[in-house]
Amino acid sequence: MSRASNFPPPFSSADYVTEPTDPADERIEVGVLVVGAGPAGLACAIRLGQLIEQNPEVAERLGDVPVAVIEKGKQPGSHLLSGAVVNPRALRRLLGERFRMEDLPSFGPVPGESVYVLTRRAALPIPPPPPMRNHGNWIFSLSQLGRFLGERAEEGGAVILPETSAQKLLVSHGRVVGVRTGDKGRGREGGELGNFEAGSDLVAKVTVLAEGTQGHLTGVAIDRFGLRGEDPQVWELGVKEVWKVAKPLDRIIHTMGWPLRAGGKYREFGGSFIYPMGKDMVTIGLVVGLDYRDASLSVHDLLQELKTHPKIRKILAGGERVQWGAKTIPSGGFHALPSRLHAPGLLLCGDGAGMVNIPRLKGVHYAIESGRLAAEAAFRALQRGATPATALSSYDDAVRGSFIWDDLYEVRNMRQVFGRGFFVGGALASAMTMSKGRVEVGKLPAEPDADQPLLVTDRDKSYPAPDGALVFDKLSSVFASGNKTRDDQPNHIRLERRVPSDVAQLWAHMCPAQVYEVGADEGDGTVRVEVAPSNCVQCGAITAKGGRLTPPEGGSGPEYSLT
Amino acid sequence: MPTLVFLEHHGGELQKGSLGVLAKAASLGDAAAVIAGPGASALAGEAGRYGAAKVWACEDEQVAQAVPQPRVDVLAQVVADGGYDTVLFANSVLAADVAAGLAARLDAGLNWDLTGIEFQDGELVGKRPALQDSVYADVGWTGTPRLALFRAGSFDATPTGGGDPETTGISPAYRPYSTAVKLVGQDAEAASGPSIEDADVIVAGGRGLGAPESFTLAEELAKALGGAVGATRAVVDAGWYPYSAQIGQTGKTVSPKLYVALGVSGAIQHKVGMQSSGTIVAINKDPNAPIFEFSDLGVVGDVHEIAPKLTELVRQRKR
Amino acid sequence: MKIAVCVKHVPEGPAHLDPSTKRLDRAGEGALNHFDANAVEEALRLKGESDIEVVAVSLGPQKALDSLRKALAMGADRALLVSDDAAAGSDLVATSRLLAAALEREGADLVLFGQQASDADGAVLWAAVAERLGRPVVSQAMELAVDGGSVRVKRQTEFGYDTLEAPLPAVVAVSDAINEPRYPSLKGIMGAKKKPQDVLSLAGLGVDAGDVGEAGSRTTVLALGEPPARGDARKIEDDGNAAQAIVDFLAEKRLV
Repeated sequence: MSRASNFPPPFSSADYVTEPTDPADERIEVGVLVVGAGPAGLACAIRLGQLIEQNPEVAERLGDVPVAVIEKGKQPGSHLLSGAVVNPRALRRLLGERFRMEDLPSFGPVPGESVYVLTRRAALPIPPPPPMRNHGNWIFSLSQLGRFLGERAEEGGAVILPETSAQKLLVSHGRVVGVRTGDKGRGREGGELGNFEAGSDLVAKVTVLAEGTQGHLTGVAIDRFGLRGEDPQVWELGVKEVWKVAKPLDRIIHTMGWPLRAGGKYREFGGSFIYPMGKDMVTIGLVVGLDYRDASLSVHDLLQELKTHPKIRKILAGGERVQWGAKTIPSGGFHALPSRLHAPGLLLCGDGAGMVNIPRLKGVHYAIESGRLAAEAAFRALQRGATPATALSSYDDAVRGSFIWDDLYEVRNMRQVFGRGFFVGGALASAMTMSKGRVEVGKLPAEPDADQPLLVTDRDKSYPAPDGALVFDKLSSVFASGNKTRDDQPNHIRLERRVPSDVAQLWAHMCPAQVYEVGADEGDGTVRVEVAPSNCVQCGAITAKGGRLTPPEGGSGPEYSLT
Repeated sequence: MPTLVFLEHHGGELQKGSLGVLAKAASLGDAAAVIAGPGASALAGEAGRYGAAKVWACEDEQVAQAVPQPRVDVLAQVVADGGYDTVLFANSVLAADVAAGLAARLDAGLNWDLTGIEFQDGELVGKRPALQDSVYADVGWTGTPRLALFRAGSFDATPTGGGDPETTGISPAYRPYSTAVKLVGQDAEAASGPSIEDADVIVAGGRGLGAPESFTLAEELAKALGGAVGATRAVVDAGWYPYSAQIGQTGKTVSPKLYVALGVSGAIQHKVGMQSSGTIVAINKDPNAPIFEFSDLGVVGDVHEIAPKLTELVRQRKR
Repeated sequence: MKIAVCVKHVPEGPAHLDPSTKRLDRAGEGALNHFDANAVEEALRLKGESDIEVVAVSLGPQKALDSLRKALAMGADRALLVSDDAAAGSDLVATSRLLAAALEREGADLVLFGQQASDADGAVLWAAVAERLGRPVVSQAMELAVDGGSVRVKRQTEFGYDTLEAPLPAVVAVSDAINEPRYPSLKGIMGAKKKPQDVLSLAGLGVDAGDVGEAGSRTTVLALGEPPARGDARKIEDDGNAAQAIVDFLAEKRLV
């Protein structure tokens, strides 16, 4: 049985760490550089804006551009995707004085909720287990929230630079001094096209990495500064759609069971969510742990299959799919957090650092809180007479003293107990919650997703055929993500291209955007893997399962607006 | 009230597109035509055969070159002299600029990209596709004159059997800026076949061709039909054909009269680049290929067998 | 010398029509019309390192400033937005009137347009604007040079290539074949904020509300509907005669 991890990609973190190379007068200097205009990065930028406004003398020392946020998508929100049912506490803490929850672009508080265990034809309701209770939480499109937070950040003085990717970490004398942005205008073979524009050295006094799941430079920094946590990080793949519907949905729904298979050998754990988005839209998504073993599993197609369930068909009846997207979620929890969240000149936030509570399926409020705390630490580091090292390490202390730490600690073994089932359905898990984690089950060994031995079944024969109305094929889904990436860009995916057939099939089925295809037989027991990088929606699944995603040209990828 | 039609000519012949518009105008009522350029009056007879009861011909020095602005002066004069309340144009690089200039000169409404025109309750209503042909709109005018620019090839140029028209010479006053543009050089089109953007016929090859060598099937058929060769993203990615031939969301958008798809599956990324083609013929051995959902003639079969036979039959017809 | 480039902020992503107004739904995200990027690029090439002033001009709602900023980030020196609710729904007659008023005020030597607008597929605005400004116009430019007091343009027509010359001040519409627009550099993006961005209303231009918007338009959208069904779509299986069947089909439609 093959393991994808036996065929590692041609990738080395060291290639992505460099001293600044631009002449000093061509480097772009900013005060604090935030990488990623997601909830973590924008919360950081907003909080910095607040602190700078209250302390103008610090502003002076930060130069022309006190806070810059770089974002690889077309604009804040373009690459943001989540459910999302958000715990409002972090938003209130960040924006409380100026905005009430009603002022934010949400779809309102959670009106009610149900949990079902599905079989092929039936839906058995069960009472929502304690971690799944969402009373008091609010429904958002994370993409819309991102756009809103981006506007607030700009109002507070931050400069947002969209369509800009962070390719390399700039390190000088052991200290992070900024990032090198990606080139634009390279051709498929890497050559310079007519409008080639080289990247720039963007230098800053403090760099905050808020890149989200599979953060490129976050991974590089963890290697460079030895910040690996106890457990290897692992991920779930979430694929979702947004639908215009004829009948409003009156509550949030979570399901588990079908179409995932219960047998232990498959290790298929996850579940679905269906959330109302106002009166005329609904979002439906499926989240599956990437430690599954069947090479013919396709989360994209499982979602299509899920929609054919009678209960779900009814919800979507008379409706129309308006958007599709996919993204991974770090699910290693507490034990997979980096050993430290800071390094000289550097802070790590949000999903990039693995701050996600899988049993509750929550991460947005941790991202926002971590961004806010990072801003405060960065601000301390910028004060006159501050010792940067001490100031930045205060970020770790702040996170450890926050609800982020408490919550993640509480659920630290939950997924492992259920072999990564993220919907807790049993008494033991409930007991863990109610005892706030004091029920000890001992730490179980954790393995990287790519280490899972593969098996090949004919699961793919039962995916429903696309009909263009309820069930869609992958290319149509890629289209519905708004992806119109330039085709003649260099390939941004690092992958071993000659692998055993089952590994190639694993990747071909795994990728929700049909980037990988099983190619010709090489005659030596391996096949060629064909790659269509312009389909990529940058979900990150390939990094979990044996390859490595690096950022393509800024502005590429999906253009989410409702996810 | 007769309708005035702007006729274009080139190489001593009236352009088919504008003759089609003239024939359409004649079907709506009385039609008149204006021809500007060298040899205009000699073409009046032909205009009559396509439905013009009256022809205004201008052979001034100022309209010797195919530039738009002096023609605005001509048309403005004709509209004033003849009292026309409707002026129709067949789209071309020249006609679009003439129509728009005239719209500004007369403060007259201009609806463009029309594919049809009809009377509804006594009022003229134009029909035009929008949003890459996914929606159709009825458009109208508030006030006169009404200007309409029709998509190329909207109407067939069928002679209406009219006789010789009443022909009048016209020589307006030209505004100084109208005659400021001078033609200083001209190169005829190199005989390398039409570019994808301008081609009336495109033959596109997809993965179903099987191998890069099989692209000759598309090339031969394109040559026989007098068209250009296009490619899908998949084959361009695979290096079988250059990116300049790519049709689709991240390639070129085309709307030829005829689109022949060989071994093309019809994924939506490709569809949005060619869905407004006049007629779509698809050959694919997969009966479930999405392209069959939007082709006018779908053929389930082996493109390697069918394409060469088709090419030969087309060549025979042309002899 | 001053070059004015007319740019449009167009809806991004799948376009939708608003059934109530029967006009394009412009509520969502927008971006610089990619054909206009060619015009901005050409202006910047003409500018080079000289002190030619490049002004980006647009008509639209406040968020059109986003597209103007993109032009500034590419290297334009100044941006002018004419924004007034009364101007919404302007057709060619009204738009060209308003745009000409703004350009008259700018007094540019050369006015550049892109090939077409990706939203209404309109490829006619420049000729109307040139008429109102009383200036010579050349469209479909694939090469452009300014020499002394005149502009020299190579353009593509259905029959080949023409080279034309016109004295300045003139209006030129460029085709998308003329250049490959540059990516704004980071410095450009950051510097864009500091460049002058003027916003004018109708009153600021001295244009009457009755001359723009629906009141000032001379065309109207009456109804929206489904496109006509693709006629009699046929699907056949090859029994050895498919090629003949195709030829017959094409002959029927007079395509061969």
